[in-house]
Amino acid sequence: MEGTEQFIMGDTACAEGAIACGCKFFAGYPITPATEVAERMAKRLPQVGGTYIQMEDEMASMAAILGASWGGLKSMTSTSGPGFSLMMENIGLGIIMEVPCVVVNVQRAGPSTGLPTLCAQGDMMQARWGSHGHYEIIALSASSPQELFDITIKAFNLSEKYRLPVLVLTDEVVGHMTEKVVIPPYDKIDVYSRRISTLPPEEYLPYVSDEDMVAPMVGIGEGYRIHSTGLTHDKRGYPVITAPVQKEMMDRLIYKIRNNVDDIVEYEEIEMADAEIVVIAYGISARPALKALEMARDSGIKCGMMKLITIWPFPEKRIRELAPQVRGFVVPEINYGQICLEVERCSAGKTEIVLVSHAGGAIFHPNEILEVISRL
Amino acid sequence: MKKQGLKELNGMPGKHPLSDLLRDDRMPHIWCPGCDIGTVFSSCLTAIHESNIDYNNFAVISGIGCSGRAAGYVKLDSFHTTHGRAIPFATGLKIAKPKMNIIVFSGDGDLFTIGGNHFIHAARRNMDLTIICVNNFTYGMTGGQVASSTPFNARTSTTPDGNFERPFNLAYMAAAAGAAYVARWTTLHVRRLTNSILEAFNKKGFSFVEVISSCPTSFGRKNKLGPPLHIIQHFHKISVIKNGIHPKDANLDIEKEIVVGKFVDIERPTFFDLWEEIYPPKREKGAK
Ligand SMILES: Cc1ncc(C[n+]2csc(CCOP(=O)(O)OP(=O)(O)O)c2C)c(N)n1
Ligand code: SF4
Ligand SMILES: [Mg+2]
Repeated sequence: MEGTEQFIMGDTACAEGAIACGCKFFAGYPITPATEVAERMAKRLPQVGGTYIQMEDEMASMAAILGASWGGLKSMTSTSGPGFSLMMENIGLGIIMEVPCVVVNVQRAGPSTGLPTLCAQGDMMQARWGSHGHYEIIALSASSPQELFDITIKAFNLSEKYRLPVLVLTDEVVGHMTEKVVIPPYDKIDVYSRRISTLPPEEYLPYVSDEDMVAPMVGIGEGYRIHSTGLTHDKRGYPVITAPVQKEMMDRLIYKIRNNVDDIVEYEEIEMADAEIVVIAYGISARPALKALEMARDSGIKCGMMKLITIWPFPEKRIRELAPQVRGFVVPEINYGQICLEVERCSAGKTEIVLVSHAGGAIFHPNEILEVISRL
Repeated sequence: MKKQGLKELNGMPGKHPLSDLLRDDRMPHIWCPGCDIGTVFSSCLTAIHESNIDYNNFAVISGIGCSGRAAGYVKLDSFHTTHGRAIPFATGLKIAKPKMNIIVFSGDGDLFTIGGNHFIHAARRNMDLTIICVNNFTYGMTGGQVASSTPFNARTSTTPDGNFERPFNLAYMAAAAGAAYVARWTTLHVRRLTNSILEAFNKKGFSFVEVISSCPTSFGRKNKLGPPLHIIQHFHKISVIKNGIHPKDANLDIEKEIVVGKFVDIERPTFFDLWEEIYPPKREKGAK
């Protein structure tokens, strides 16, 4: 695979991205439209000395990747709406224990079983805070098989760097579309692996962090005899059920992300130099949006686009900057307004914002977006 | 690593004989006076001590509940996970660290009610784990509600007029699902219990040790079972050892008869055995 150009499905590209950056464990449960990720992993992992296991449900899948990651393996699961809901409790466990891993959500339309085979972007807010309690998460979005390949690698790198489950949010159309994907030689790929403490067991405490607020890990079975719990805990990893320790722990969980947004956040800007109207789009919706932009430019409208790659943490700095400079933001998304809420929040009334909403089951026609751009 | 013998440590004032396996900086523990979890926990630690396996080759995983607190008190690599999900977490860790002995120590509610599906699937796969279940017939931690292990007719805070559902026979369920090793003891069968846990560590495959235990605070009080010692003496008195019987006949009636013993000890290819048959050359064990 490495060093080749492939004509593959988005889901397959996602699995190949995982393999390319050293994923060695996948636990999952079949669900349309994410099944092909699991199928590819089942085939590929044994070839690279890894293990695929099909679990009994998505709660088990999520729990298993946490266990395997503690055991030192780069680990991943993939799912869609109903399974994503079932994973939530253990995503929270991954957050509080600070376990690197990647969770892929190939979105389909909900609520509930919804449209199993058709696309939507309805889980953006669930990705943000779907597990209980307040936390920061990292979620990335992809709009093509190539991006899915690249972003899966980025997701692993960020999860290893910041010690948390990182979400890859894509959708049925991207997952199932087949396009050219360039797979570079693996040694040309930037791979970040978790920091391992060099302290001896007597001195090591599992939740003492470095300057970037991330604590180095150690290997299991190597004499460190660590404890990790889903309860609020101190630097030793021991449960302490008090408000001050809750604050200490939470501050770190929150600020290890917030203080590093500049390192985490990525977006693309297209035709922004003179843009008066800016389309803010992500995932599959970025593609008809790009077409709409071209059409708008053809008819003389100064339109630009901000394509979000990092969804969470939200690229709010850039949107705050842009808001007073532009005539309006147009936000197409296959839901009834989720990311649009964030755009509104960050714009703080400084510009006009128009949501272009789609109920799901299909993607936008560029004209639907163009029409809104032209009206502004 | 040099382990201190129990005898050497016994003479030391103020030190628990198993203190090299205990996070004594976490004492006192949360368990109620008279609770049986401590006995099961001690048996487990004694078995670890007597196993002659390097302590660093053990990890303990718990779910949530009073029993689930065990992972937090043992001075080994240990993980206190979510309610019901200790087994899948342990499955992931075991696959990453196939040479380690992974112990799941948790309660009946955790392992069989909310987590029952994971239990049967891990047994079916013959995942090489040792499962120790403190069966106190209730959800101790949340104040003693009905569970899938609660005896018919028993009083709990959510069956104020008696439980009208039939409980699982945990040992039978384990055997039916494919466990390679199944034993049941009460907390007064300490020596036999410890021995079973030891056998379970050394068993290749999915091993299950059920420990009939009392929760005097919740289950005991609601069912007017008397003081803690009285409850376990009663369990012990009505127990009958029937090694090797079919677990479907391992009656568990806390009023009349509790059948204990080792019911299953078979050889069955494990998850890893079968994996390696299909994928022999490339599998890297204990990859980091
Ligand atoms: C998902 C979820 N549901 C409910 C609870 C509340 N809860 C905590 S412990 C427990 C029961 C534990 O029972 P068992 O496993 O038998 O342990 P015991 O306390 O009896 O030792 C429950 C229901 C929880 N922590 N998580
Ligand atoms: S509530 Fe019951 S199970 Fe929990 S510690 Fe007390 S006696 Fe033990
Ligand atoms: Mg219980």
